[in-house]
Amino acid sequence: MSTVRDWAAPNPVTENRSGLIGKSVDRYEGRLKVTGTAPYAFEVETPSQPLYGHIVSATIARGRITSIDVSQAAAAPGVVLAWSHLNVPTQAQRGAKLNPRSQRGSNPTLASDRVEHYGQSVAFILADTPENARAAGGLVRVAYAAEDADLDFLSSLDLAGPAPGEEDARVGDFEAGYSASEVTVDDTWFSPLQNHAQMEPCATTAWWEGDKVVVHTSIQMVKGGQHALAETLGIPSDRVRLFTRYIGGGFGGKGQSYDDLTLAALAARESGQPVRVAYTRQQMFQATIHRPAVQMRVRLGADRTGRLNAMALEAVTHCARNAPFVEHAANFARNLYAAPHRLTGHRLVRLDIPHAGAMRAPGEAPGMLSLECAMDELAETLGLDPIELRIRNEPEVDPDNAKPFSVRQLVRCMREGAQQFGWDRRNPTPGAVRDGRWYVGMGMATAIRGNFLLPAKAGLRLTGDGLATLTQGMTDIGTGTYTILAQITGETLGLPLDQVRVELGDSDMPPAPGSGGQFGAATAGSAAFETGMVMRRRLAELAAGDPRSPLYGEDPTLMDFANGNIVLGNRSESLAALAARAGPDGVYVEGGISPAADARDWSQHTYGAQFAEVGVDSVTGEVRLRRMFGVFAAGRILNAKLAKSQITGGMIWGVGAALTESNAVDPRYGSFLHQDLGGYLAPVHADIVNLDAVLLDEADDKANPMGIKGVGELGICGAGAAIANAVYNACGVRLRDYPLTPDKVMAALEAKGL
Amino acid sequence: MKPFAFERARDVDHALSLAAASPGARFLAGGTNLLDLMKLEIEQPARLIDVGRLPLAEIAETAAGGLRIGALATNTAVASDPRVRSRYPALARAILAGGSVQLRNKATVGGNLMQRTRCPYFMDAAKPCNKRLPGSGCSAMEGLSRSLALFGASEMCVAVSPSDMSVALAAFDAVAETVRADGSVRRRPVETLHRLPGEAPQVDTDLAPDELVLAVELPPPPPGPQAWRKVRARASYTGAIASVAVAGDRVALGAVAARPWRARLAEAALADGASAAEAAAAELAHAEGPEGRRSLVRRITADAIREAREGAAS
Ligand SMILES: Cc1cc2nc3c(=O)[nH]c(=O)nc-3n(C[C@H](O)[C@H](O)[C@H](O)COP(=O)(O)OP(=O)(O)OC[C@H]3O[C@@H](n4cnc5c(N)ncnc54)[C@H](O)[C@@H]3O)c2cc1C
Ligand code: SF4
Repeated sequence: MSTVRDWAAPNPVTENRSGLIGKSVDRYEGRLKVTGTAPYAFEVETPSQPLYGHIVSATIARGRITSIDVSQAAAAPGVVLAWSHLNVPTQAQRGAKLNPRSQRGSNPTLASDRVEHYGQSVAFILADTPENARAAGGLVRVAYAAEDADLDFLSSLDLAGPAPGEEDARVGDFEAGYSASEVTVDDTWFSPLQNHAQMEPCATTAWWEGDKVVVHTSIQMVKGGQHALAETLGIPSDRVRLFTRYIGGGFGGKGQSYDDLTLAALAARESGQPVRVAYTRQQMFQATIHRPAVQMRVRLGADRTGRLNAMALEAVTHCARNAPFVEHAANFARNLYAAPHRLTGHRLVRLDIPHAGAMRAPGEAPGMLSLECAMDELAETLGLDPIELRIRNEPEVDPDNAKPFSVRQLVRCMREGAQQFGWDRRNPTPGAVRDGRWYVGMGMATAIRGNFLLPAKAGLRLTGDGLATLTQGMTDIGTGTYTILAQITGETLGLPLDQVRVELGDSDMPPAPGSGGQFGAATAGSAAFETGMVMRRRLAELAAGDPRSPLYGEDPTLMDFANGNIVLGNRSESLAALAARAGPDGVYVEGGISPAADARDWSQHTYGAQFAEVGVDSVTGEVRLRRMFGVFAAGRILNAKLAKSQITGGMIWGVGAALTESNAVDPRYGSFLHQDLGGYLAPVHADIVNLDAVLLDEADDKANPMGIKGVGELGICGAGAAIANAVYNACGVRLRDYPLTPDKVMAALEAKGL
Repeated sequence: MKPFAFERARDVDHALSLAAASPGARFLAGGTNLLDLMKLEIEQPARLIDVGRLPLAEIAETAAGGLRIGALATNTAVASDPRVRSRYPALARAILAGGSVQLRNKATVGGNLMQRTRCPYFMDAAKPCNKRLPGSGCSAMEGLSRSLALFGASEMCVAVSPSDMSVALAAFDAVAETVRADGSVRRRPVETLHRLPGEAPQVDTDLAPDELVLAVELPPPPPGPQAWRKVRARASYTGAIASVAVAGDRVALGAVAARPWRARLAEAALADGASAAEAAAAELAHAEGPEGRRSLVRRITADAIREAREGAAS
């Protein structure tokens, strides 16, 4: 096992001699996407005429199907088959694992007469066209015996219990420290249930080749999907070939497979034809995971100089009764500010609603909406600038575990951000700045998000035409994975980008964990880098051992790679020639990365500072973002354009969390109020007028050999809090119930007599 | 989606005779509302009569000095027409506040007038809804949606009209002209084109199934400045929480009733010399529903009247 010291040595990526690393290279697959020719899962070409499936969803929250009749649907025009739990083909029991090493257990659909949430699949129709399938779906007759269900989070708080297998994290003696503090803040925030709202719905195209099933599906984790399907069908995973090449948004919502995958595979087997199944827009809301609501109590105790003595963040959240998940909204607070007495923890309410699960920056995204506003309140109470308050509580070592930081540029993010944003123009008195009808205010917050490296592999082939092809069972969920892997491979081998190919999203390729938790680039990228280094060694040895090579007999460890050549002194040979002589398939190597043995000896995070200026309509309470700016530190940046897209995209998610995004469970039905993109209010272009971000120069040599970290989730963290703080600065209204919609803001203005 | 027959009308007469001959048929214009509802099986027409290519998209001057806008003029075409922009700016702004560019490029004046409510329970076929399934109950009454009617609601239905355009049209005293298969032409004020729900919320308008909107006629704009205000959580691509159009001494409110709501009480108060705030209060004194919503409408009504009177830019 390697140690972080092994990673500190200079390497082709950190030396970056051809300058591919960091460059704003256009997206590898960009042309395919903007011309509409990138085949998404529902659109891939099939070996023969496909059939189309439609899923019928339950309309109660909890109970039993007492009768279900698919006969009318089965007899409808074009219908090939109609299934309910009574006649669906056999699948393995829920959670079963034929192979104990499978990453996921069986996830059968239409498995019994039980209904566990509104929107659960209860029937499936296969027909010659999507229209016929959907029309027949309307002919399925279902009767239910509904049972009492727990549906409303806020009225079920008394049902909250400990999160399974977790204890509160305590440092020092919070209660004593808090009661001894000169200045305190004690408030409660609410972050509502949110949906991922990806553009592309969950979708699968499946067909069988003998006893092997080929599936193209939209999923963030290749192995997870392959194993889940294999276990559900009760077959070895090498009989499932899963492709997921283009994904129209995941955000954590596609970290798992859904019934489209299972039903497409089953129906293709049954019908002997390829089958396409997609979720409807409504099913995307009702039958996939969501970010749960979180209620957060924050207590801060400080002395009059602003030094924190005690801090607590206690979160209550929810999950589905039989699908445990904890939105770790309090965890980030463990590593952010110094305070000797600390308490963080989570409680969980189990509800009879669709499964809660991971959504972009799980934990931090809702969590920072509380603490970062509490800090703003404390700063105001103390008469301190919010940045100064944070600087006074900047820890020397991680306050949770006393580990040294690998690198922490949080203070620099705040200082540079303040300067570029014009923070000194902020009037600290709320409601002091008017622009016509508008109250205008500024707010800031910090951002912190963990950095992770998981084990991953990659394959690399160099062929006689001089092309290097990287293959990896990795996904690109729209973040730019294809592109950065090409850059890393090109830089490592000294090849120009037009000689590099990247192929992803195939379960036959060397495995990588997929996209999630902002670990994708570091993990897949490090594996690609290490594989490139294996290739360099192999090529050097080939040259040294090959009498036809001008480098024959030389020391392979001294050979270098540049401009498509292998070089030693003034002798060189093209990689193409070397590969051509190696055989018709060229040279193929595999390599991989695993976390360093001592990686956990350092506290590793990405950081940032968020700044927002908002207008609050004094008549209506509408809040409009005027401008937003962030400065972030997230290790070495592989592609400036892509990184900025990720970061600013994250900030826009923060705008949604602060101002518009929420869904609610109707306590009478168990369904969501909003079931489409017209009703669920994610920000649109008109909401984002002037938003920008800067990434600081950084390299984290404890993170991985390239010193890179994740950027996919950092941008959300704290973004919404900066906006809420700006709203307060604008009009003196401190709202702790997100999102800050016009009704709430106007009511608060009225309460102030405005 | 239920299977349906599709026919493209050759001309207006063809469209009308098809409609008269096929009960349960619907006219298809831009399709931005109708097709969505068909996918959800909320609308289940047996036949679609595509009127989208009929030559009814013209915007022309009337002898009276107003404008006649063909029913198939797109929302974009109307909002960008120089005559509309200079003489009926509140209408242009109201249209531009609706939907998104893509929707406005497809959406037509006739379709916008005739679009159905966006009450979330109406749009979910699994829920009780008297408008969709008479007698099944109203899920919105005790529900989670907040955009409920403040005026003219009934025990049966509290849904609001989502059309921004018709709020401005009502303030301009616009008239909708329709024709039926028997050749009869009718002219109804846009303000009262839609029925209040009463005992029959399933009937949106008095139009017969074979009645086609031909055009909307705007009289010359009233003297005096105009104002338009739409309140919404995000800056585009969402319906109004409430809206208000002011044209001279006329005031119309949006998203507060099943039809664009002419604030006659406010107008009368203004005529009697009331202040903007007093006029708004006079109208809202007769509103029902949650205090927060009434308060919001009172505030924007007063503000829009004030803005129009002062001729101040927002
Ligand atoms: C996501 C979303 C957001 C929206 N936001 C807004 C908003 O903020 N403000 C707003 O005002 N609107 C909004 N809309 C609604 C949009 O304005 C309407 O869908 C559009 O105006 C309908 O016009 P159309 O031509 O597409 O009508 P269609 O969908 O073709 O038809 C709608 C109805 O009108 C009937 N019809 C059409 N033409 C005629 C005619 N000439 N005579 C008689 N009947 C006719 C049809 O039979 C059908 O019943 C939104 C729509 C969507 C999907
Ligand atoms: S308000 Fe009207 S449209 Fe909405 S659920 Fe009630 S009856 Fe249906």
